[in-house]
Amino acid sequence: MKQKDTDIIGDIENREYKYGFTSDIETETIPRGLDENVIRLISRKKGEPDWMLEMRLKAYRHWLTMEMPTWAHLDIPPIDFQDIIYFASPKKPSGITSADDIDPELKRTFDKLGIPLEEQLALSGGVAVDAVMDSVSVKTTFKEVLAEKGIIFCSMSEALRDYPELVRKYLGSVVSYADNFYSALNAAVFSDGSFCYIPKGVRCPMELSTYFRINAAGTGQFERTLIVADEGSYVSYLEGCTAPRRDENQLHAAVVEIVVLRDAEVKYSTVQNWYPGDKDGRGGIYNFVTKRGICYENARLSWTQVETGSAITWKYPSCVLLGDNSAGEFYSVAMTNNFQQADTGTKMIHIGRNTRSRIVSKGISAGRSQNSYRGLVKVAKGADNARNYSQCDSLLIGDKCGAHTFPTIDSRNSSAVLEHEATTSKISEEQLFYCNQRGLSTEDAVGLIVNGYAKEVLNKLPMEFAVEAQKLLSISLEGSVG
Amino acid sequence: MLIIKNLHARVADKEILKGIDLEVRAGEIHAIMGPNGSGKSTLAGVLAGNEKYTVTEGEVTFEGRDLLAVPVEERARMGLFLGFQYPVEIAGVSMANFMKLAVAERRRYLGEEPLTASEFLRLMREKGAIVELDSKLTSRAVNEGFSGGEKKKNEIFQMAMLDPKLAILDETDSGLDIDALRIVATGVTKLHTAENATVVITHYQRLLDYIVPDYVHVLYNGRIIHSGDKSLALKLEKEGYDWLINDYKE
Repeated sequence: MKQKDTDIIGDIENREYKYGFTSDIETETIPRGLDENVIRLISRKKGEPDWMLEMRLKAYRHWLTMEMPTWAHLDIPPIDFQDIIYFASPKKPSGITSADDIDPELKRTFDKLGIPLEEQLALSGGVAVDAVMDSVSVKTTFKEVLAEKGIIFCSMSEALRDYPELVRKYLGSVVSYADNFYSALNAAVFSDGSFCYIPKGVRCPMELSTYFRINAAGTGQFERTLIVADEGSYVSYLEGCTAPRRDENQLHAAVVEIVVLRDAEVKYSTVQNWYPGDKDGRGGIYNFVTKRGICYENARLSWTQVETGSAITWKYPSCVLLGDNSAGEFYSVAMTNNFQQADTGTKMIHIGRNTRSRIVSKGISAGRSQNSYRGLVKVAKGADNARNYSQCDSLLIGDKCGAHTFPTIDSRNSSAVLEHEATTSKISEEQLFYCNQRGLSTEDAVGLIVNGYAKEVLNKLPMEFAVEAQKLLSISLEGSVG
Repeated sequence: MLIIKNLHARVADKEILKGIDLEVRAGEIHAIMGPNGSGKSTLAGVLAGNEKYTVTEGEVTFEGRDLLAVPVEERARMGLFLGFQYPVEIAGVSMANFMKLAVAERRRYLGEEPLTASEFLRLMREKGAIVELDSKLTSRAVNEGFSGGEKKKNEIFQMAMLDPKLAILDETDSGLDIDALRIVATGVTKLHTAENATVVITHYQRLLDYIVPDYVHVLYNGRIIHSGDKSLALKLEKEGYDWLINDYKE
């Protein structure tokens, strides 16, 4: 091993996670453990309709019959599901009575995270935010402005209260509780998340976003997001997430469902930055997420994700291309450092005719991390003229990390055209020397090269998110180079 | 500006430089010639700080500092520029962005204010013109898909942007057609002032028709075995190296 390689992986210690603080907020939690009574308690706390509780219990009973999946390229320590707090809610300090007022400490927390909860402070262009702390949504901004166009953007708890029929119609229609182990768990215990409905023909005038924050110790976060884009509508949706630095692992098992009706378009962007654990692999979030969208005729769904956080990531945002001429896209940058493990990718299920999909996955592995792309392109019998293009690239930094690619193609229609390209590369000594010789430090050079490598995906993010993501990629590599 | 004393260096276990002595003063142009494998590129690499090479003996002073103790990027910021024989491609990183960072580092070292966006763009246009660099190239990724000639022009463009004290140009003329050679060589000449210095490493005297050296050195088997003025290059072109190196063959 050459000198520089030793340096690159030798000094991993200084990695910085700037969202690792804990807020001093009085939190109401329920006792650890999971049984039917806990589920009834969660449902009661949220004042849900009976059918919702029934759905939860059905999911729970099914979950009890299921096993944790083991097919991913992940080394998952045993998780004691009875040792988790399934509901934690920041308490309102006495003196705050109005529903619109929020605890100043909460506001400070989100300010610190760069998420303004006051509308006048919103980013230029306007981004409406649903801010979720632990198990509850603490504030949703711009609700009134959006309501003028008939757009519903609120927390899932409010949606269940105010629009029960709409929720009932679509909840679980894309990701059923029986889909997998974690979707069943989520369906049983989910607490909050966002609900969004864009009416027919409406183009949502601003970006909608949900910011998820885990604060309380010992808790799991199980959020549920449902987006319904009615015929001919358009929305761009953003999701961000962070958590405090802790030695213990915390579980995050979310479900996101997206219904894209005829001629509608949804762009869903994620910057996932859960606490990744320390340099020795202590602590960090276990992130088991099911994200899926269904596209009707002429509809289009685009997933873009930048995954830099979590100790373990298990996540495959997928598109069911049900309607003719529908299109799905998946753009991903997954970066792992130290002892992080990621097994992520997508499923493109072509059912309608003339359906198109595009997959661009960029994995970056550093330290002793393991990074896998796992993808399925499935073409059903009736999906005439289906097209898929897949590109899976891996970049390695140092020689103790791993990159793996597991692409699966299952085509039942001979008119399908499927392309797959894959590359694996290392940041070369020559590139680093070239950059150094122009005056750039090795750390800046690595950041530059990594961002250049990920550019095709970063370009798909909304502007202000792209800048954040670029910085994040560089910060997450801090200390991985000498 | 640059003083090299008894410099020895090896790559892996093979000694390549076996005692180089050279002094370069401000305002001078030096040409280093010599047969393949004599150590020319190694010398350039050692001066720039490429970790592929290990210095085993000797000292190098640049601008009064012990150069060998200075990290690669700091040498660059001090104003030591290496024009690469094989410029490296960096996918997805635009030339403009790359130069913005490089220029910012150099200016910070010199204690100068950072350039505004419009000043920077003006500088890019102005310096690009020196080597007739297609302005479209600066929005493309670093060296990616550049032709051989474009890559070499791009090296001199970067030299122009960074305004170095000492430029070491490693076979900048290799792989160039006659027109590109003229453009690149004329560019180097335009950048030459009384305050800076240039060391050109070349196989061919035709480059020296444009870049007229004050000194020509012949490097052979890790040592400078002969030095002269520009007429030496002409003699080498005509007679080859044999008359010089016979005495030094191992």
